Amino acid sequence: MNLRRLLLISVPYAWLLLLFLVPFGIVLKISLSDQALAIPPYTPTFDLAAGWQGFVDFLSKLDFENYSWLTQDDLYWKAYLSSLQIAALSTVLTLLVGYPIAYGMANAPTEWRPTLMMLVILPFWTSFLIRVYAWIGILGQNGYLNQLLLWTGVIDEPLVMLNTPFAVYIGIVYTYLPFMVLPIYATLEKLDHDLLEAAEDLGCSRFQAFWLVTVPLSKPGIIAGSFLVFIPAVGEFVIPSLLGGSRTLMIGKVLWDEFFSNRDWPTASAVAVLLLLILIVPIVLFQRHQQKMQELDA
Amino acid sequence: MNKRFSWFNATSLTLGFAFLYLPILILIIYSFNESKLVTVWAGFSTKWYGVLLHDQAYLDAVKITLKVAVVSSTVATILGTMAAWVLVRAGRFPGRTLFSGMIYAPLVVPDVITGLSLLLLFIAMGLDRGVGTIILAHTTFSMCYVSVVVSSRLVSFDMSLEEAALDLGCSPFDAFRSVTLPIIAPAVISGWLLSFTLSLDDLVISSFASGPSATTLPMKIFSQVRLGLNPEVNALSTIMIAIVTIGVVTSSVLTKRASVRRQRQEQAALAQG
Amino acid sequence: MNSTPAVATDVFAPWEDPGATPLIRFDHVTKRFGSFTAIDDLSLDIYEREFFALLGPSGCGKTTLMRMLAGFETPTEGLITLGGQDLAGVPPNRRPVNMMFQSYALFPHLTVADNIAFGLKRSDMAKSEIAGRVDEMLALVQLSKFASRKPHQISGGQRQRVALARALAKAPKLLLLDEPLAALDKKLREETQFELMDIQEKLGTTFVIVTHDQEEAMTVASRVAVMDHGRLVQVATPEVIYEQPNSRYVADFIGDVNLIEGRVLECTGGKCRISWAEGVDPVTAIASETLNKGDSCCIAVRPEKLAISAQRPPDAVNALSGKVLDIGYLGNISTYHVGMPGGRVLKVQVANHNRLARRPFTWDDEVWISFTETAAVVLTS
Repeated sequence: MNLRRLLLISVPYAWLLLLFLVPFGIVLKISLSDQALAIPPYTPTFDLAAGWQGFVDFLSKLDFENYSWLTQDDLYWKAYLSSLQIAALSTVLTLLVGYPIAYGMANAPTEWRPTLMMLVILPFWTSFLIRVYAWIGILGQNGYLNQLLLWTGVIDEPLVMLNTPFAVYIGIVYTYLPFMVLPIYATLEKLDHDLLEAAEDLGCSRFQAFWLVTVPLSKPGIIAGSFLVFIPAVGEFVIPSLLGGSRTLMIGKVLWDEFFSNRDWPTASAVAVLLLLILIVPIVLFQRHQQKMQELDA
Repeated sequence: MNKRFSWFNATSLTLGFAFLYLPILILIIYSFNESKLVTVWAGFSTKWYGVLLHDQAYLDAVKITLKVAVVSSTVATILGTMAAWVLVRAGRFPGRTLFSGMIYAPLVVPDVITGLSLLLLFIAMGLDRGVGTIILAHTTFSMCYVSVVVSSRLVSFDMSLEEAALDLGCSPFDAFRSVTLPIIAPAVISGWLLSFTLSLDDLVISSFASGPSATTLPMKIFSQVRLGLNPEVNALSTIMIAIVTIGVVTSSVLTKRASVRRQRQEQAALAQG
Repeated sequence: MNSTPAVATDVFAPWEDPGATPLIRFDHVTKRFGSFTAIDDLSLDIYEREFFALLGPSGCGKTTLMRMLAGFETPTEGLITLGGQDLAGVPPNRRPVNMMFQSYALFPHLTVADNIAFGLKRSDMAKSEIAGRVDEMLALVQLSKFASRKPHQISGGQRQRVALARALAKAPKLLLLDEPLAALDKKLREETQFELMDIQEKLGTTFVIVTHDQEEAMTVASRVAVMDHGRLVQVATPEVIYEQPNSRYVADFIGDVNLIEGRVLECTGGKCRISWAEGVDPVTAIASETLNKGDSCCIAVRPEKLAISAQRPPDAVNALSGKVLDIGYLGNISTYHVGMPGGRVLKVQVANHNRLARRPFTWDDEVWISFTETAAVVLTS
């Protein structure tokens, strides 16, 4: 039994150590190294043969140069800021679009709910890339939306929508909508209808009852949904690179370009480390929130 | 309680689902467009499906993608189920906090960071990048999803069933295999399906983890789509959407039937009662 | 519905006064849900300061009746008035009626004090007065110490009292209580019943309580309405309901009863002689109406109104002989199941005044059961 237990623990443990934690160590190390025209394109490289002295030398050559570089070149901090801002605004938009859907589902006839639930989840199973791609055709200069608007006479000139932040907002709202709808639906579905009747009985109008009872009680779902949209949106790569064009600055795309186009591994690593540090705050907050909810449920 | 849709709910659901499904619908419709210009309708045609099916680059990408998805999701399901057991049942052991942290972290770390770090690892280890490294990468993030799905089922598992098995003479391992595993099987299966889908879908991590020898389908699509609209991609999207829709609808119908049958049997048993 | 009162009328009894105007009037009210008729052409008056109980099994329509008062359901036909005002079209939030929900429906995100203040904040009450009113209500239900707790941090009994305080805070003309004590355990329930009565008496608010628990209805209510299938079967004081049920349904629903089917032999001056089995003496009982010879009827007699003895009591009007089949010892009382000729079983309850050293009767003993002519009621419906 104990041998089995050891085996059961150690196999996934070792796997995650090797393929998750160690790689982060490497990223951290390279972020402190210097770029070099070599293979691999950075120095210092750690030389095992030099022993302890080699290790000390190696440590002494690490520095925070790349990080100070990040703060000096305004491309980076602008990209961080703009990522956070785009993620925050799209989270709010997703909430505004998602809440009525979740509310409608939770108040739908009981026999309809599984179907509606499936309809919300179904897009999640289809390719993310394809769902983003679908909007290129809609938002483009000659896209379906411009065709429709021109045809109905709302506009005379096609609007520029693709390759703007607007397209990125649409892309994020569209692809992350299920992550917002489902947690909110879960809290709304549990909502005791008596509470709304009690609020009305105590003098609330329908709308007041919604605002004073439904909304506060669905707060856990709103918070969970917002984190589930915000956290991945900050580091999003596919949406800004397909819909955002060159004018939309997002850090995931900067990292990609730094790595693949400029082959500047130390800078790319520093960008990654800083992005992770920024995300740790919302991640920890989210974790706490989920734990609190679990404890309340129990 | 609610027998009908209220006016407000019907409207918000209609608008919401229109937003979710219209883009996909348009994509599907225009996959049957004759013209090479995707947004200009020039009559019905299935020619782009023909072009697609003879495009060797796509066919190769599909092969690689499926291979990666099947292998990585299977390994991830095994590792993830083990990890779920460790999280829920193994009790205390040194480094438990680190372990659960490593399970949950990949779910929230941006793909670009995971991809970058894995690539740097593969280089440091001197591995040749290709199908193998993509599988390693996919297995790593997939196992975390599997273990989250399975452990949430394990938490609600009625321990007295396993205790009954122990009482009847099973060893702890036997009890897990012969009682617990069959009962949590649906969660394990959905873990596998989730891994499979995530693997099929992944672009960013694959791009970092693969070398010039291996191009997965999302990588191929991405390289095409970057240059703009492409009728072949529309056709391919339609096929993928059709497969997924058929799969999801079938499985939900089957689940519903099973639950209806179960209810009927329970009612029949009660009636005999 | 016009039963004669069993108690003196100098106590509170506005329903006895033809000049009194009711607070609530149901006038030929019908409520249908699709093809299902929940309330069937029902008329009822409830007076100010009453503690009125709607009693019946689940599905009898009592909850629908209450929800129509609260404004959550509208009658399909008929009129409901409150203090002379037609309630049709008045939404729940504009009615001077508050409700205590069976689930209590306490807002989990608000403290006890905020729950109580919730309705006040929606009223015209000045902000400065709200805090004082909340304190007053907290004191009324003895929860002042728990003002800043959340609902999940207090016990079930305390939650029940918060719900009561919240519903009473706006000083409604009418308080509706939907199975208010159903979630409490028996002992707490009994204590709370008396507290409810005290509070009702102190405030003078009209209470309408919905319950399926007949003991609860009997304990708290000034009048009880027994309902079945959307109709009122009997509306009367608890004493009348118990002592003079107007039907088998009421007799059977309230408390324990022996129901004996029989046929009228003769009926003079309200006294009927009724035969109920071959070769057995007929019994004499009081009927509220004159019955004809040969009418089939039913004698209802409560187990505690039967006496049990080894010999036939010499002066007994009604005496029947039988055999002890079963004995149930309940501490304060004992229940005997006595088999009669023809297979009928009567239940007899005897109070255990003395400490029980030895049972006076045991299994298979031949015994006599006797009762007075006023102990039994003759029912025809």
